[in-house]
Amino acid sequence: MKSITLKFILLVLAVASLSACGSDSNSGAPANKPKPKSMLAEEPDPMTNKGIGPIKEVKLDPEVDQELAAKGKEVFEKMCTACHKPTEKFIGPAPKGILERRTPEWVMNMILNPEQMVKEDPIAKKLLMEYNGSPMANQNLTEEEARAVLEYFRTL
Amino acid sequence: MKYLSSLLATAGLVVFFFILSGCNQSGQNTGALSSDVASQVYVPPGQHDEFYAVISGGFSGQMSIYGLPSGRLFRVIPVFSVDAEKGYGFNEETKPLLNTSYGFVPWDDAHHPELSQTNGETDGRWVFINGNNTPRVARVSLRTFETEEIIELPNSGGNHSSPFTTENTEYVVAGTRFSVPIPQKDVTITSYAENFKGALSFIKVDPETGRMEVAFQVLMPGFDYDLAHAGKNNSHGWMFFTSYNTEEQNSLLEVNASQNDKDFIAAINWKKAEEYLAQGKYRELPTSYVHNYWDESTQMAYSETIKTVKVLDPSDCPDMVYFLPTPKSPHGVDVDPTGEYIVGAGKLSTDLTVHSFTKMLKAIDEKNFDGDRYGIPVLNYDAVVAGVVKEGGLGPLHTEFDGKGYAYTSFFISSEVTKWKLGTWEVVDRIPTYYSIGHLMIPGGDSKKPNGKYLVALNKITKDRYLPTGPELTQSAQLIDISGDKMKLLLDFPTVGEPHYAQGIEASKVAPNSMQYYKLDENKHPHATLSENEARVERNGNEVHVYMTTIRSHFAPDNIEGIKVGDKVYFHVTNLEQDFDVPHGFAVMGANNAELLIMPGQTETLYWEPKFEGVFPFYCTDFCSALHQEMQGYIRVSASNANTALRWWTGQAPEM
Repeated sequence: MKSITLKFILLVLAVASLSACGSDSNSGAPANKPKPKSMLAEEPDPMTNKGIGPIKEVKLDPEVDQELAAKGKEVFEKMCTACHKPTEKFIGPAPKGILERRTPEWVMNMILNPEQMVKEDPIAKKLLMEYNGSPMANQNLTEEEARAVLEYFRTL
Repeated sequence: MKYLSSLLATAGLVVFFFILSGCNQSGQNTGALSSDVASQVYVPPGQHDEFYAVISGGFSGQMSIYGLPSGRLFRVIPVFSVDAEKGYGFNEETKPLLNTSYGFVPWDDAHHPELSQTNGETDGRWVFINGNNTPRVARVSLRTFETEEIIELPNSGGNHSSPFTTENTEYVVAGTRFSVPIPQKDVTITSYAENFKGALSFIKVDPETGRMEVAFQVLMPGFDYDLAHAGKNNSHGWMFFTSYNTEEQNSLLEVNASQNDKDFIAAINWKKAEEYLAQGKYRELPTSYVHNYWDESTQMAYSETIKTVKVLDPSDCPDMVYFLPTPKSPHGVDVDPTGEYIVGAGKLSTDLTVHSFTKMLKAIDEKNFDGDRYGIPVLNYDAVVAGVVKEGGLGPLHTEFDGKGYAYTSFFISSEVTKWKLGTWEVVDRIPTYYSIGHLMIPGGDSKKPNGKYLVALNKITKDRYLPTGPELTQSAQLIDISGDKMKLLLDFPTVGEPHYAQGIEASKVAPNSMQYYKLDENKHPHATLSENEARVERNGNEVHVYMTTIRSHFAPDNIEGIKVGDKVYFHVTNLEQDFDVPHGFAVMGANNAELLIMPGQTETLYWEPKFEGVFPFYCTDFCSALHQEMQGYIRVSASNANTALRWWTGQAPEM
């Protein structure tokens, strides 16, 4: 009886001590901890998954904005071609036809927030492994530049 | 039951302490451990220090950046010495920074870092530092933590009293430690008193760019000029230099330069000097010295030679220079935050001499002189002295201030720091240092606004303080808490080279401006390759330029053929990354210089001479990604008379 009571009290105190420290998020681990779930269980539909990042909603005009696409091509050639060829697999995948495989939000979030995407987005995580762990470099594009690159992808 | 309750109480107590210590490790300051010295210097993983400390490397020629209170070393900035790790002085871009009138000088003795100031407070823009051996002053940016400029000093022989700044960084100064013939000439050393002079240089600093130029020099008697500090508030407009060897000796100075009871603090009225300059009362002496500066846009250093310097002679310029008699071979001259007190640390004495600026002006006004030296009036000692700090210790060297009415002086011989009160001159506390302290530092401690929380003692000797490492031991710094009445030793930490002098600044003045990467858009390097499509190899006679790019994790090109024995190959490598903390390295087999370490958005150039036929690897030296080990390439070297076609590729070899 005594030992049961003692164990119970120690357990309570141990939980208390854990939770007392629980509010401190700065223990060395990144702020956003990936949840240890099975990959299969959370495989989302790539045509609805918007990814993780600043882009919540992109409205695509049925007509491609050629001026914006031309600007996007310029940005792509300068910042992305070291790893991506427009129509064939290189260090990373080819962007041709990307909107048949992904949402526009996902594409822009992958450009703008690659570090978190490859850690937490199930599709991006899988891609990282598929491409031998070669990281998607964050080239620090502005949202406007990323949007232009997306428009360029529509022309491929 | 009684047993149970006492058991419970014990268990509760144990868990209570567990909670306390557990939380303390995760960064919560409970206050319960505030008496614990370790907790005062403990900065938890992932958290930042409150201060930057900039500590000179002395004979390492470099400057290092530490955090306080943790004492953690963040970076060694190469300044006056080449640094193979960073390619500094080895790559084509930085080589010109080490150019002098003697050619390329790859080493110096870096003594005194000095932070730039605005309104007498540290402003976190630049750090200046002197090179003592081949007289130079460097400027380091606190945005990039890179050396941006080095200027040589004409007519100087050991730049020691340097590079102390005025209130708004109008000038940093450079007084010569060793007097020399001006201009240099072949004379017998025994003609010292007749031929040798000491030049005190005033380097003008551009308020926008920081760019330095030697505005003028004051030609002084052939003493040794040791340290300096500028006036503040009312004394703004004056610069004070300590001197020793007023005996003007040229041999066995340890005896011969310690004869006079008093040497001098030279007070220079630089605003008066500016007037004389404007009136044309200078001589323009022919000379030759080198000015090197870094251009951030082209990412290259340039070097220019300057052929004349303006010199002011005190005998032509009355009221510009006065001597304050100060016992005995003073080292430090330190001006308190108000600008009223000028503290001379007579290093062969036990006392400190404190002069009053107000009394100095009065003595000048009343012409209360004790004769002159070489036409420079010597002020009456009793008329200018404000007080003497008696028996502070043995061998006073340097004083800084806490902004709360106290001063702290290092004593080398008695190996201690003494705290004393301004105005009453009484010693109120002392603490031993381990061992043989030289200079000391309080963040902002030589400015108008010191932050009197910590003091750093810079020690010359460590003996038994650390694990031994053969005959050569580390030198060290010690962190002392000065927030209370009693000083308290908190931490020892080893330093890079010899820590001659240091400066400290609140991290909040520097960290927000720290650059993350160079923008490719702004890269105007003449040999930049701004996209992988432009990667190429060009031959011009036997000179070959490789325009190469890097991104995680490949080079473009990574296969090169058609290079020949005897070629002069320049690898211009541009890092295309545009993210924080993704440098790439570049090393090629048999290179006679060093590696490149290229920051994101930057272009650097390595020179390589292929000596033998064969195929030679090159690779990335800075762990950049999971595929870093795959970041490699080959360069094929053919005989000098071979017909191997020049070609290059990444991935697919082009058709022959």
